[in-house]
Amino acid sequence: MKRFIPYLLCLPAIIYLAIFIGYPLIQAFVLAFTSRSGGISLENFRYILSSQGFKEAFLNTIIISGIVIPLQIILALLLSLFINSRFKGYTMLLYIISIPLALSEITAGLMGYSIFSSMGFLNKLLLTMGVTDKPIYFFGYAYKFREFIVIILSELWRSTSLVFVILLAGLQAIDREYTEAAEVDGATPWQKFSKITLPLLRPSLLSALLLRTTFAFQIFGNIWILVGRDIPVLAGEAYYWQTEIRNPNYASTYAIIIAAITIIFAFLYLRTLRSPHLES
Amino acid sequence: MRKFYIILFSILILAWFLTPILLTFLYAVTPESEYYNPDKIIPSSLTFKHIKDLLIILGAWKSVIISVQVALISIVLSFILGIPASYAIVRYAFKGKDSIRLLILLTRTFPLMVVAVPLLTIYMRLNLNDTVISVALAHTSMVLPFMVLLGSSVITTIPETFEEAAMVDGLSRFQAVIRITLPLALPGLTAASIIAFVMSWNEVFVSAILTLTNRTLPAYVINTAYASTDVYKFASGVIMAVPAMVFIFFVRKYLVVVWGLSLK
Repeated sequence: MKRFIPYLLCLPAIIYLAIFIGYPLIQAFVLAFTSRSGGISLENFRYILSSQGFKEAFLNTIIISGIVIPLQIILALLLSLFINSRFKGYTMLLYIISIPLALSEITAGLMGYSIFSSMGFLNKLLLTMGVTDKPIYFFGYAYKFREFIVIILSELWRSTSLVFVILLAGLQAIDREYTEAAEVDGATPWQKFSKITLPLLRPSLLSALLLRTTFAFQIFGNIWILVGRDIPVLAGEAYYWQTEIRNPNYASTYAIIIAAITIIFAFLYLRTLRSPHLES
Repeated sequence: MRKFYIILFSILILAWFLTPILLTFLYAVTPESEYYNPDKIIPSSLTFKHIKDLLIILGAWKSVIISVQVALISIVLSFILGIPASYAIVRYAFKGKDSIRLLILLTRTFPLMVVAVPLLTIYMRLNLNDTVISVALAHTSMVLPFMVLLGSSVITTIPETFEEAAMVDGLSRFQAVIRITLPLALPGLTAASIIAFVMSWNEVFVSAILTLTNRTLPAYVINTAYASTDVYKFASGVIMAVPAMVFIFFVRKYLVVVWGLSLK
């Protein structure tokens, strides 16, 4: 009897996940592989994958993450090194950098809007300083490039905090004795960083990178609230097909594509995280 | 010199992170006429009209209540379902433990949006669509893996010897857990619950797909923002941001620990 106890304790959670993730996941596959006539086919995938909407959404998702992720890794690295030097009052700054973690994607989008809307802060500033005499429009289908810039800034602002806390956790786990020993041996700050801190931070950097990449393919709320479908992204298309066209089959096809991409990255993530232990 | 750089960087960081937040708060309480006046960067008067209108006349209050209900139900459910599993993972060695951990980790990175559409069709068959409980059940599957992971990291910090000592004194294992381990784990588990609350409070995709009239706050905002003027958009941003920011403030020292967990 006793050896069943751990299984009994885990069972409720597993059953729940099986019912509310496993079963719907199977249903998502069924929806995605059911054609309009009701048979099982690849029709939906063929339609979606060859549609202009998908190509644009896929490309946009790649471009946005391709710009945002490298920038935010650098930014977060600088921030975490700065905070980890533990100057007086660093805890307050730590909280402020963490605030975007607490905000929903929509809230973050709206906060970006307060700067870039046609009567937002930036335009008010430029108008009163006389730099322009009419507001600069950042939104609208005709200003797609500007919309891109706003989205990238907003996403950078929102999601850098996540990378920051992961890297800070990694930095805090590094034994200070290493850098102190290097200091005794006369290492310069740059040598200490590049020869000790950076290699030891590698697992955190990798995990931040892969976690952010998986999340990047789910980006939705801030783009939807800022520009709608002017700049389509994968999750936005799934949402559009479900709520506006009421086509659960196409919506599920998009969802399955997102899931497939995510699972590939999640798998890579788990493997790279495990490998350091296997090596040692 | 070092001090100078610290102050300089701190100011830059504060400006980058706080400017959008402060502006949103400011414009949410700026009278409409002043907001649309291009010569006014700083309004000369403030008003709570937009926030009040939004909550009372435009129905956001109902969504606030629904959001809170959804979050509370999913926290309670994932607590009841998840903490026993956390306990088993920490205190017992058993076959398949690694697979269970892997499963939990995978479900945590799994995009919940995938199950939104099929869940809706399932709920419609069960006549559960557009209900508070339907969203809460979906959010539970997002919060539960998180709760198991965080719960196990909290329980690891409590020495097993405490339970053993209590058992020597004649308590059963279950009693020892309830009387000794759980009270000691309470601060950590409370922090986990607060972060779980914020996760559910912020979730938009699934809520927006599952509900039509009983919308959570983010679902309400994403459906109404297009038709509202700027000041009302900012007001809705404030209503969503304030509770989350307050909650995260209370658990700020746990945030790094929580995300440090993603390394294990």
